[in-house]
Amino acid sequence: MSNQSMIEARPLPAKKRRSISWNSREGRSVIYQVVAIASVATLIWLLVRNTLRNMRERGIQSGYDFMGQPFGFDVSETMIPYDVMSTYWTAFSIGMLNTLKVALIGIVLATILGTLIGVGRFSPNFLLRKICYWYVEFFRNVPIYLQLLIWYIVFTEVLPSFEEAWQVGHFYLSKNGFSFPWPVWQLGQTLALIGLVLGVVGSWLYARKASKHFDLTGQQRPVLLVSLALIVGLALLGWLAGGAPTGWSLPVKGDFQIEEGAAFSPEFSALLLGLVLYTASFIAEIVRSGISSVSLGQHEAAASLGLSKRQSMRLVVLPQALRVIIPPLTSQYLNLTKNSSLAVAIGYPDLVSIANTTLNQTGRAIEALSIVMLVYLTLSLITSALMNWFNASAAIQER
Amino acid sequence: MSQSEAPIIQFDNVNKWYASNGYHVLRDVNLSFAKGEKVVICGPSGSGKSTLIRCINALEEYQQGKLTVDGTVIGDDLKGIDKVRREVGMVFQQFNLFPHLTVLENLILSPTWVAKLPRNVAIEKAMVQLERVRIAEHANKYPLQLSGGQQQRVAIARALCLTPKIMLFDEPTSALDPEMIKEVLDVMIGLADQGMTMLCVTHEMGFAKAVADRVIFMDQGQVVEQNTPTEFFNHPQTDRSKDFLSKILGH
Amino acid sequence: MQQTYQPIDARPMPGLSTGVLAWLKTNLFSSPGNSIKTLVVLAIVLWALYGAMGWTLTNAVFGASLEACNSLRGIGACWGVVTEKGRLIVMGRYPDTEHWRPVIATALMLGVVGISCMPRFWNKALPLIWVVMLVVYFTLMKGGVLGLTEVPTDQWGGLPLTVMLTVVSMTMAFPLSVFVALGRRSNMPAIKTLCTLYVELIRGVPLITVLFMASFMLPLFMPEGVQIDVLIRVVVGITLFSAAYMAEVVRGGLQALPKGQTEAAATLGLSYWQTQRKIVLPQALSMVVPSLMNTFIGMFKDTSLVTIVSLYELTGALALALNADADWRPFKLEAYFFITLIYFVFCFAMSRYSLWVEKRTAVSKVR
Repeated sequence: MSNQSMIEARPLPAKKRRSISWNSREGRSVIYQVVAIASVATLIWLLVRNTLRNMRERGIQSGYDFMGQPFGFDVSETMIPYDVMSTYWTAFSIGMLNTLKVALIGIVLATILGTLIGVGRFSPNFLLRKICYWYVEFFRNVPIYLQLLIWYIVFTEVLPSFEEAWQVGHFYLSKNGFSFPWPVWQLGQTLALIGLVLGVVGSWLYARKASKHFDLTGQQRPVLLVSLALIVGLALLGWLAGGAPTGWSLPVKGDFQIEEGAAFSPEFSALLLGLVLYTASFIAEIVRSGISSVSLGQHEAAASLGLSKRQSMRLVVLPQALRVIIPPLTSQYLNLTKNSSLAVAIGYPDLVSIANTTLNQTGRAIEALSIVMLVYLTLSLITSALMNWFNASAAIQER
Repeated sequence: MSQSEAPIIQFDNVNKWYASNGYHVLRDVNLSFAKGEKVVICGPSGSGKSTLIRCINALEEYQQGKLTVDGTVIGDDLKGIDKVRREVGMVFQQFNLFPHLTVLENLILSPTWVAKLPRNVAIEKAMVQLERVRIAEHANKYPLQLSGGQQQRVAIARALCLTPKIMLFDEPTSALDPEMIKEVLDVMIGLADQGMTMLCVTHEMGFAKAVADRVIFMDQGQVVEQNTPTEFFNHPQTDRSKDFLSKILGH
Repeated sequence: MQQTYQPIDARPMPGLSTGVLAWLKTNLFSSPGNSIKTLVVLAIVLWALYGAMGWTLTNAVFGASLEACNSLRGIGACWGVVTEKGRLIVMGRYPDTEHWRPVIATALMLGVVGISCMPRFWNKALPLIWVVMLVVYFTLMKGGVLGLTEVPTDQWGGLPLTVMLTVVSMTMAFPLSVFVALGRRSNMPAIKTLCTLYVELIRGVPLITVLFMASFMLPLFMPEGVQIDVLIRVVVGITLFSAAYMAEVVRGGLQALPKGQTEAAATLGLSYWQTQRKIVLPQALSMVVPSLMNTFIGMFKDTSLVTIVSLYELTGALALALNADADWRPFKLEAYFFITLIYFVFCFAMSRYSLWVEKRTAVSKVR
């Protein structure tokens, strides 16, 4: 073996243009793709041609111009005001806001409930373990549509009428829905909310400072207490600055219904309760499998290093479990949002309900449905993008 | 074996049963280990040797007898167990490094959160240990980016960061490819030369011959034989030990 | 050093470690906190059960007596609605005398689906068995031959319709989903994009919009004079929907297969389609059988939505049976509980079956 000198690394030579033979891999790939695109394009052209012809024959109008017309129908609950001249744009916005309202509240409640039940599957208490197990099995195996129908009957037929409403202090539960006191909104409450937000930001900054301090000296400052004090304190300050308003609107029994206060309609309550209980069972399963995915060896290694159970949970088990939990968790959030579309069956005016009424009124089925699908698709793609970003940044680095 | 000091680990008639099936896994174990002693524990699988050393840092509980580690009796007292765990380091067969933390973060986790050292002091100490196991250049890599042998050396360094008095090794090389076993054994021999008290469950007889003061042979939950390595390997006293040795030394 | 070795026999575990009392201690009363939890939970559970017992059983009416039901409204459940309307709900509008036909046909269908889950039965005969089963199923249900009276498709309903919709759409969705999954993993950008668009579009929207779209748009897509049955429209909608979800499941299985498998197949001179058929798909598919079963259970539940587009499967048949009859309509809740039980039993049994299949296939993998 002669002693050669080492060959140094050289950059990749540029690709030379050659003619593509039909037998090569590139050639075949081009053919397949051209065929695929051509077939799909032909199919689409055929369908569009048939559709246009059928629509002409049946006298079906098309176009999105109806969106500028006043919609004229009644919406039972809405977060933005409307009148007889409001256009279909407003109608669809009402629907979308109603969907978001039930989805956001539902996601928060379902996560809390689902996590409690998922963690409860590991309880040292036999009864709690079994109750959590059967909760999951029961709510998972019954269709959500059926569950919503049942809750709707409970809220509209089983509950007493408003004259005999179940009452706890100023809270009323009846066929009218769930009524609760709501403050009369003035400057004070707005400032209190601003104070709350500032408090949250402040406690986040404080937590960062405390973490740096811990790195430097090994001593922990009481982050939880300080955060609580900051949030409550600044909110209180805001409220005082606004004149300390104490006006509450209290629900009272009127002649035809419960008046004043704020209320969750029976439709909203049935939808929210049904969605939360159903989705929580799936979230519980996800949390449970996330926690069990962390191998026993990790717990043991943490214990053998002298970490307490709480420290081990916080520093070793939860970070690993969360990476397994979060991707399926976000798809459950999406499922809850999509399932809220079943509101059309129980009369809650969400996006699909409004679209349904619209297409019955105007006959523009395709246009109305396409708007609905576009909205849901956008929500879905935003969530997917966030998920991919999370996966990429939190992925456990491997070789 | 030094007779003048009290033993650092003492098993007095220790018995353990598995709660799930009632199997009697440790039977009347009476052993003592002196400070600075290096002991290899061997035996067929299922003999209870891993269970034995996992009792020492309370990863397993025992039902009868008394186990004393560095003056503390291992029992229900949780504070005592915490104290023992800070003085006993453990290296696992499956490494059990924390995959979401870098090598350096794995090492300073316990010193910062349990011993409450400031971060920079912990980092200095960690780098010293990483040098000791000759892996300092990978300090900022993640465990899954390293080979098996490198991961096990990091695991040893992580246990050493607690400045333990005793190091327990539970089949540290059994999950490694053959060409990586040597690098880990070299580190363990280096530790032995520096006077650490070591209890090692292993099949690596070469290591036993090079470093051990004593070899303990266990079978079916009891101590069958204990002797110096030379004596044990060349003149096994019981049929069980003869049988076992013929199997593992055969090839 | 002379050492003697006396083998020590195994002794039983001392003390309170086995038996009922020991179990109670560890599981329910292991600590003061735990004991309090047990007592509180027991109290709540017993109180709830006592209350439910009264309405559900003690005061309930089981016979189909309208007067008894009305007099006990609010105090006792009217299970009479089940006695009276049960068969109508479960079977839909299928003629009474011919009920044996859907029962046999559905049992046959479920049986074939059951054996298809076990990789043990994956051989050349399986597609043939499916074809035979489908022919027998539709002959039995539709009738018109072999002396069976004809039953038009708009009278099919209830539980058999639920099962049929689920099985037929999953069967057609399956090959489609395999192609789409392979397409998403392809190197050809056009095919990959088409498949990805399809999957992301369907997965991003609720099933109800897909059903509405299919219901409104399919008639418009048809060439001159061609009518399509409501049933076919619904089946097409559900098929497209489930194919997208199944494609993701299959794609997961394809991704989990080590690259070395395709490389080894290449060194043996196998073409792309040969590799997929003989090496990749058998392994990838048996890995995802549990997830596919989950998709099946999900589709079974989702068929309840077809009521909204006027097809009367189990949930819809209930609406049909009770909305028309003002006498029994007040007792809708009891009827809902009845079909809740049916859905629960079916879905729970299917998920248990899926776990059992998973365990059996795992056993065959352990060397």
